[in-house]
Amino acid sequence: MPNDDHKKDHETNNTSSWQSVANDWNADKQSFDMPWGKLMMWIFLLSDTFIFSIFLTSYMSVRMTVTAVWPNPSEVFALTIAGHHIPLVLIAIMTFILITSSGTMAMAVNYAYQGNKQKTVYLMLATALLGASFIGMQAFEWTKLIVEEGIRPWGNPMGANQFGAAFFMITGFHGLHVSAGVIYLTVIAKRVYQGKYDQKGYHIVEITGLYWHFVDLVWVFIFAFFYLW
Amino acid sequence: MTKMENVAIADQVDESSHPTTFMSKYIWSQDHKVIAVQYSITAIAVGLVALVLSGMMRLQLGFPNEFSFIDPSSYLQFVTMHGMIMVIYLLTALLLGGFGNYLIPLMIGARDMVFPFLNMLSYWIYLLSVLVLLASFFVSGGPTGAGWTLYPPQAILSGTPGSGAGILLMLISLAIFIVAFTMGGLNYVTTILQARTKGMTLMRMPLTLWGIFVATILGLLAFPALLVSAIMMIFDKVVGTSFFMPAILSLGQTLEHSGGSPILFQHLFWFFGHPEVYIVALPAFGMVSDVISVHARKNIFGYRMMVWAIIAIGGLSFVVWAHHMYVSGMNPYFGFFFATTTLIIAIPTALKVYNWLLTLWRGNIHLTVPMLFAIGFIFTFTHGGLTGLMLGNVIIDLPLSDTFFVVAHFHMVMGVSPIMVLFAAIYHWFPLLTGRFLNNKLGKFHFWGTFLGTYAIYLPMHYLGFLGVPRRYYAMGETDFIPESAQTLNAGITVSAIIVGLVQVVFIFNLIWSTFKGKKSGRNPWQATSLEWQTAQFPPGHGNWGKQLPQVYRWAYDYSVPKVKDDFIPQNVAPRDVEYLTDDKNNNQRDK
Repeated sequence: MPNDDHKKDHETNNTSSWQSVANDWNADKQSFDMPWGKLMMWIFLLSDTFIFSIFLTSYMSVRMTVTAVWPNPSEVFALTIAGHHIPLVLIAIMTFILITSSGTMAMAVNYAYQGNKQKTVYLMLATALLGASFIGMQAFEWTKLIVEEGIRPWGNPMGANQFGAAFFMITGFHGLHVSAGVIYLTVIAKRVYQGKYDQKGYHIVEITGLYWHFVDLVWVFIFAFFYLW
Repeated sequence: MTKMENVAIADQVDESSHPTTFMSKYIWSQDHKVIAVQYSITAIAVGLVALVLSGMMRLQLGFPNEFSFIDPSSYLQFVTMHGMIMVIYLLTALLLGGFGNYLIPLMIGARDMVFPFLNMLSYWIYLLSVLVLLASFFVSGGPTGAGWTLYPPQAILSGTPGSGAGILLMLISLAIFIVAFTMGGLNYVTTILQARTKGMTLMRMPLTLWGIFVATILGLLAFPALLVSAIMMIFDKVVGTSFFMPAILSLGQTLEHSGGSPILFQHLFWFFGHPEVYIVALPAFGMVSDVISVHARKNIFGYRMMVWAIIAIGGLSFVVWAHHMYVSGMNPYFGFFFATTTLIIAIPTALKVYNWLLTLWRGNIHLTVPMLFAIGFIFTFTHGGLTGLMLGNVIIDLPLSDTFFVVAHFHMVMGVSPIMVLFAAIYHWFPLLTGRFLNNKLGKFHFWGTFLGTYAIYLPMHYLGFLGVPRRYYAMGETDFIPESAQTLNAGITVSAIIVGLVQVVFIFNLIWSTFKGKKSGRNPWQATSLEWQTAQFPPGHGNWGKQLPQVYRWAYDYSVPKVKDDFIPQNVAPRDVEYLTDDKNNNQRDK
């Protein structure tokens, strides 16, 4: 095939569907029909997926092999509000906020492609604000765990010291991702407002959105493995 | 966005965007060719440090108690730093940061990487990681002496040399390196997928690019494991967590740690560590294929097979990691699985070796210096690969584990072999970089010195391994099972190692001398078909292609095509422009 005249590469009529997939990929054009930055973000997120997967796998491995008692998440992550002891209430609100922010982000992308700059900027800022409030609540949660419950990375009164270590490391790493996302969103929103993408098009909003949705998706896994297990 | 639009945009290069000042041309440059040279010089410089370290190790092993400046601690530090620098900061950086950066845009017909600024950042962050690493030589306690695998718990416990600042700087430097690699790697993958010029289908790319492409993907998926384990070990060291640290009784005192798993670190490390072998090997496979094809004036045998072999090796490399851990203890079925996958990797690898040989078969072989190194590679790689098959079996690995046999195996397959390809590649592509040849006589001396010298080092080492000489020991001392003669062999190995080290000085001299005084090569001196030799300016200038991007009409291996006048057809020559032989005599001959 490489020797042939390249017209032949496009003759996919008589080939199997797998062959045509291969031909598409191999064809004389961009392998993925998207802007360079968007593909790069996808590949970065693939790499980042591996980072979070390895964090979570390590956490599960440690949790299953450790002999000391693992603290009960329903107890540790409960809040007493107005005399009622409600398990997982804070984390439920945090998760709700983060998922809501994915919704506003999706709307921002939609308005960006429609060319509605004002709504795009507002929705991106709303997303950033929701993200910031998530980080604020995380700070509150960390403070409560450290100050009131006495949980430290190297030990805690309820049992296995790996509980604090894994919790602070993984939620902290995710928190850094959210913080970076808030900064990223704010910068891009500002540049959209300034009209820097009027010529190039608004793919950048979707690229930012990819990152943001990824951070939300990762949270769902962290939530499931830390708080529900 | 279609390809045509891209070409149109890319063709409208703004002349005013060319850098003019010395700083923007050579220091803060965003040109992939300059970044490649920066990467290469840094990698070679730090590699020379590692070469000197290996010389110091050999001095101690060959002539124990003769050199007072090598004490047991510094010996372990030399071992560790030699290994880590060679694997990560030399081989990975030179193959991907150096050759990847230089060759990708030129070979696919692009003006530069898709994100040049990110590419520049990648180099400066890599330089930072090298500086942090080298800084560990100058902190109190010196660099870490935990062995390049950095196994906990000993890596961070007092008693191991460099367990204070040394190990911390090592882990931080690794994390910084991974950030740098990610920035570069995203660029390489996106550039190959999206920025190929018109006509350059994936299956027309030179194998060099296939090797670099798959290796970069491996890197992007494998380095996360190293990053995560580095972060966790930093926490164990600094904050006092117990991810990798079990309860330990040290010198009669119970340590603070409890409940961690050292085996977890080994899994994470080798989940990175084994693909790392192929991150180094795959670009080498690709480059050696191209060098062999060009200098044998023959198309590479089984191009498609070669591509699929590269992809298969890349995929398999993620499911063999625990063969490094047979003696760590594991479920026998687990060991069986990993032994099987390890042996399966030999199939695509052997296939590549056969294809290199079949490319040479009845080729018009030019024994140039690059070709000598390429053929040398086939020897060293086959030897290293065969001992790899032995070690892949659990039952053979157990007695040989932690002996010099293992050292000989991986130096042959992962040390000498990629280095042979790197030398082949440097001699091959040096004219493209400078417009001059490297000196031929010095080059041949360099080849024979390196090739025979490395055999003189590593063949006896296999035998030492069979005798049961353990690796990483400062001195053998007196034992019942190791005969006196082993020490004589060790001394011989050391002499060879010193000679091989000195031969590399000749190479460095050759590099510097030829850059300024070497014989002018002229355009496309090897008469190669691939795109990097067909640039408008020679050596290629900023933007690579002048006014218009090239168009590609054929694969990269049209050598010695029948009926054609020249014995090569460059990729950008249209079918109508190919000059054919016209005399009847020649045609008649073929008809018979």
